[in-house]
Amino acid sequence: MPPHFCYDGLITLFKRAIVIRNSIWGTGMTASVELRDVTMDFAKYRAVDDVSVKINPGEFFSFLGPSGCGKTTILRMVSGFIEPTQGSILIGDKDMKGIGPNKRPTAMIFQNLALFPLMTVWENISFGLEVRGMDKAKRRARAEELLNLVELPGVGDRFASQLSGGQRQRVAIARALAVEPEVMLLDEPLSALDLKLRQHMRAELRAIQKRTNVTFIYITHDQGEALAMSDRVAVMSRGKIQQVDVPQKIYNTPANGFVASFVGENNKFSGQLSSISKGEGKFKSDMGEFAVTLGEGVAKDSKCRLYVRPENVAFAAKPKPGVNAVPVTVESVSFEGNFATVYMRDKKGHRLSAEVRNDPTNLPPQAGTSTNITFNQDKALALLDSEAVAYEEKD
Amino acid sequence: MATKPTHVILQGYSYIFLVYLLLPLIVMCGAAFNDSRFPTILPWNGFTWRWFIELYNDDTIWQATINTGMVALAVVALSVPIGTAGAILVNSLKGRSRALLYASMIAPILTPGAVIGISTLLFWYKFNAPAGLQISVLAQTSFIAAYVMLMVLARLQSFDGALEEAALDLGASHAQMLRRILLPHLYPAIAAGAVLAFFQSVENFNATQFTRGASTTLTVYVGSKVRTGITPSICALAAIMISITIVGAIIYEIVRRRVLARDLALQALAA
Amino acid sequence: MSELFRRYGSGITFTAIGLTAFWLLVLVIFPYAGLFEQSFRPYLPVTEINGPNDHYFLTNYLVLFSNPQDMTFGFGGASVTVPLPIHLWVFFITIVYSCLATLIVLLICYPIAYCLAKVMSPGLLPTYLLLLVIPLWVSELMRSFSWYIILSLKGPLTIVLQSLGIITDPIHWTWGMNGYSGIMVGLIYTYILFMLFPMYNAMTSLDSNQIEAAEDLGAGIFRKHWRVIMPHCKPGIASGCVTVFMLSASSLLVPSLLASPKSRWFTEVIQQWMFETHDWNAGAAYAFILLFTCTAFVTVMMRVFKVGFADIAK
Repeated sequence: MPPHFCYDGLITLFKRAIVIRNSIWGTGMTASVELRDVTMDFAKYRAVDDVSVKINPGEFFSFLGPSGCGKTTILRMVSGFIEPTQGSILIGDKDMKGIGPNKRPTAMIFQNLALFPLMTVWENISFGLEVRGMDKAKRRARAEELLNLVELPGVGDRFASQLSGGQRQRVAIARALAVEPEVMLLDEPLSALDLKLRQHMRAELRAIQKRTNVTFIYITHDQGEALAMSDRVAVMSRGKIQQVDVPQKIYNTPANGFVASFVGENNKFSGQLSSISKGEGKFKSDMGEFAVTLGEGVAKDSKCRLYVRPENVAFAAKPKPGVNAVPVTVESVSFEGNFATVYMRDKKGHRLSAEVRNDPTNLPPQAGTSTNITFNQDKALALLDSEAVAYEEKD
Repeated sequence: MATKPTHVILQGYSYIFLVYLLLPLIVMCGAAFNDSRFPTILPWNGFTWRWFIELYNDDTIWQATINTGMVALAVVALSVPIGTAGAILVNSLKGRSRALLYASMIAPILTPGAVIGISTLLFWYKFNAPAGLQISVLAQTSFIAAYVMLMVLARLQSFDGALEEAALDLGASHAQMLRRILLPHLYPAIAAGAVLAFFQSVENFNATQFTRGASTTLTVYVGSKVRTGITPSICALAAIMISITIVGAIIYEIVRRRVLARDLALQALAA
Repeated sequence: MSELFRRYGSGITFTAIGLTAFWLLVLVIFPYAGLFEQSFRPYLPVTEINGPNDHYFLTNYLVLFSNPQDMTFGFGGASVTVPLPIHLWVFFITIVYSCLATLIVLLICYPIAYCLAKVMSPGLLPTYLLLLVIPLWVSELMRSFSWYIILSLKGPLTIVLQSLGIITDPIHWTWGMNGYSGIMVGLIYTYILFMLFPMYNAMTSLDSNQIEAAEDLGAGIFRKHWRVIMPHCKPGIASGCVTVFMLSASSLLVPSLLASPKSRWFTEVIQQWMFETHDWNAGAAYAFILLFTCTAFVTVMMRVFKVGFADIAK
C-alpha cells in the first residue's frame, strides 16, 4: 500500500482516539473559568455580591480574603455543589448551570483533604478512574505514575491514616490530578500544616501547576501564600471583589483601603483631601499636610485615608522643606533578622512603624530618640475606604 | 484516697445485684437437668437428659421454632433497608423537619406492643388480610426498623460529609458514591442492626400475640403453655437459648476488643 | 428537600423517601388512625358494617366505667365496700403498680449506676458489663419464666426457706400484695436493666472533677447527689422511668406467667376483648386508653425532668 494512505489512516485513527479519550475523560486540556454577575444568597445573608471575574486557562489564580468574605462560596459554586442565586458560571466558555459536580471538568482539594479512610492510597488516587470504568491493572499503574509525580513513590498500599500531613496533601493532589481536570480547586489546603511544611508545599504546588498547566483556583486568607504563588490575585471582602491584579500591583498599588490594610503592613493617617489635580493631591491630617498620590476612584469629596508602607518610610533628623514629614518619638526597635521594625509615636500619640533593612552602617534610631520620618509622594497613597472594611486595626 | 467504706459497700451491693440478676437464670437452667416432674432444682433428684429429649420430640416446638425463624428473617429483610433509608433521610434534614421526622420514627418504640399489634391487625383486616405470621412481621417491623434506624444514624453522624462531595467531585455517580463510600462506612452499623433486629423479633411477645392468628412462635408458645401445664422441657429450651446468648455475648465481646485494638494500632501508626 | 436531591441524586432520594413513607404511613400512622377510628364503632356482624346500625359512639370507652362490682377494702380493722367499675379498677391498679415498680427499680438502680460509673475499678468493669448484658439478651420470656419457677408453690425458694427452718408450710408467693406480689417481683426483675443502662450512660458522661469539686467544697453525700449528680443524670433517669413504666403497664407476659387468682392486668383485659369476646372495637378502645396513658406519662416525665423527646430514646 502506498505510504501516504497509511499515514492518513494513522492520523484518522489518532484523531478518533483523542475524540474517544476526550469524551470519556474531558479534553485533557486546561480551561478558562468565568464568573458573570454571580450572586449567592443564603436564607439570612448575601455571601457573594455581584462578582464578575475571568480566569485564564493555565493560570494560578487566588481568591484572598478574611473568613466570611465569600471565597469558599465561590469555590463551591465553581465546583458545582451549590448553584448561584443569580448570574452564571462558565468553564471553558460553557455555561455550567444545572450541571452537577460529578459532570464538571473540575477537581477539588478539600480543606480537610477528605481522603477515603477505608481505601488504600492507590485506591484513593484511582477512585476517579474506577468510577469511569478503567480496569484494575491500568488504574494501579496510573496511580503509581501519579505518586511519582507528587514525589511519594512506594506508599500505594498504605492507608491515609498512616501518612503524615504533608504526605496526605500530596495524595489528595494526586487523586485530583488522576481525573485530568481542566480546573483544580484548592480550599485553603495548607492551613493545617506547620510553617516549614507550608513553605515547602507552596513551592511544590506551584511546580505541579506549571508542570501540568491546569488552571488552579486557590482560596486562602494568608496573603503571603497568595502573593507568592499566584499569577493573579482577587482580594475579597464581604462578598465583593475589591481588586483583581498581579501580586506586585496588589501590593504596590492597592485599589482601596481594605486591600491596603489586608495585604502587608501600613501606616494609616485619617484626614481630608484639601486639593486634587490629575492623580495627585494634598492630604490634610492632624499630623500635617502631605503631598499624596490618589488611588482609584478618589475624588474631591471622597472619604479616604492616607496609607504609607513601613518600608517606604525613611528617617531624617532635619527634613528638607516641601517633603512629607512627621515628627516622632521612637518607642522601640524590634530586630527581626534581615530587617528591623521601628515602632514610634507622633505628637498626638498615633502609632507609626517603619521597616529598615539590616545595614550595620546605617542603624535605625534608638528607643527614646526624637526624630522625623519622611516619605515620598509616590509612595503615599490616598485610598477610598470601601464599605466592606472588615479589617480595622486599633490605632 | 484509699478505699472508702461507702465505696466498699457500693461495690458489694453491685456484686449482690449481679448475683440477683444471674441466679434465677442459673436456677432455670439447672431445672432442665433435674429428674423431677415439676421444674425445680430442689429437691435434686438426679441428673438427666430426658427433658432435652422430650423437647427434641415435641413437634409443636419445632414448628414454632421454624415460624420464629422465618418471621425473624422477614423482619430483618424489611427493617434493615427501611431503617437505613430512614436514617439517611433524617440525617440530611435540619431543624424542625428533622425533629419531627425523628420523633415520628421513634414513636413506635415507645408504643405498647399490644397497641402496635391490634392496630396492625385491624388495619390489614380491612384489606381482608387475616391474622397470621405475615401480619406479625409487619407489626414487628414498625418498631424494629426504628432500632435499626437509631444504630445507622449514630454511625452516620461520624461520617465526614466531605467524603461524599469528594466522590462526586471525582466523577462518581450518586449510586457509585453510595456503593463505594457511604455504605461501606455504614456496614458495621447495618450488620449490628440486622443482628439486633433478629433477636428483637425472636423475643417479641406482645405484638406477635395479637397478630399471629392460629400460628405460633416460640415465645408465644412458651408463654401460653404455662397455663396448660409445663414440664422441664421448657427449661431445657431455656437452657439452650441462654447458652446461645452466652456464646453470642462472648463472640461479640471478642470482636469488639479486636476492633478496638486494631483502631488503636492504626492510630499509633499515624502519630 | 432540594438539598437531598442534590446530595444523593433522584434515584436514591426517591427510594429513601419511598421506604420511609411506607414505614411511617403504612406501618405506623394509618394503623394508629384506623385504631382510633375503629374504637368508636359498635361491635357488629360483618354484614352490618357500614350499614344503618354503624355509627360513631363512645360506648366502647364508656364500658370502662360500667359493670360495677363491689370491692371491699380493709384498712387496719375497718373495711369499706365500694361499687367500682371492674375494668376501671383493673386499669387503676395497673397504673399504680407500674408506678410502684418504676419507683422501686429507680431506687435499686441509682446506687448501682453510680457505682459502675464512678466507683468500680476500671479493670473489672468490662467483665461486669458483659455479665450484665446476658440477662438483657436472654429475652423477657426467660427472665419472667425463671421467677415463675422460683416462686412456684413447691419451688426452690420454698424448699430453701423450709430447710433453713424459716417457714414450715409452702407459701403462695404470688398471693401477697392483694395477689400482685408475683407480678411486682417479675416486673422489677424483668425490666430493671432498662433503667440501669440509661442511668449508667448518663452517669459516665458526668465529669468526675465536678463530683470532687463538690466534695472539696464540703458537700455531704446527700447534697452531692441531690445537687450535682442527679441533675446531670436527669435525661437518663427520665428515659429509664419512661421505659420501665411503659413496659410494665403494657406487659402481657409477666402478669400472665406470675398471676395469682386475684390478679388482673389491663393488657389481659384487652386480650380478653380481642380473643374471647371477639369485640375488636372495644379492644381497640382499651388499647387506645393504654396508649394515651403511656403518652401522658411520657409527657409528664418530659415536663418534670425538663428533657426533650430526643433524650429519651435509647
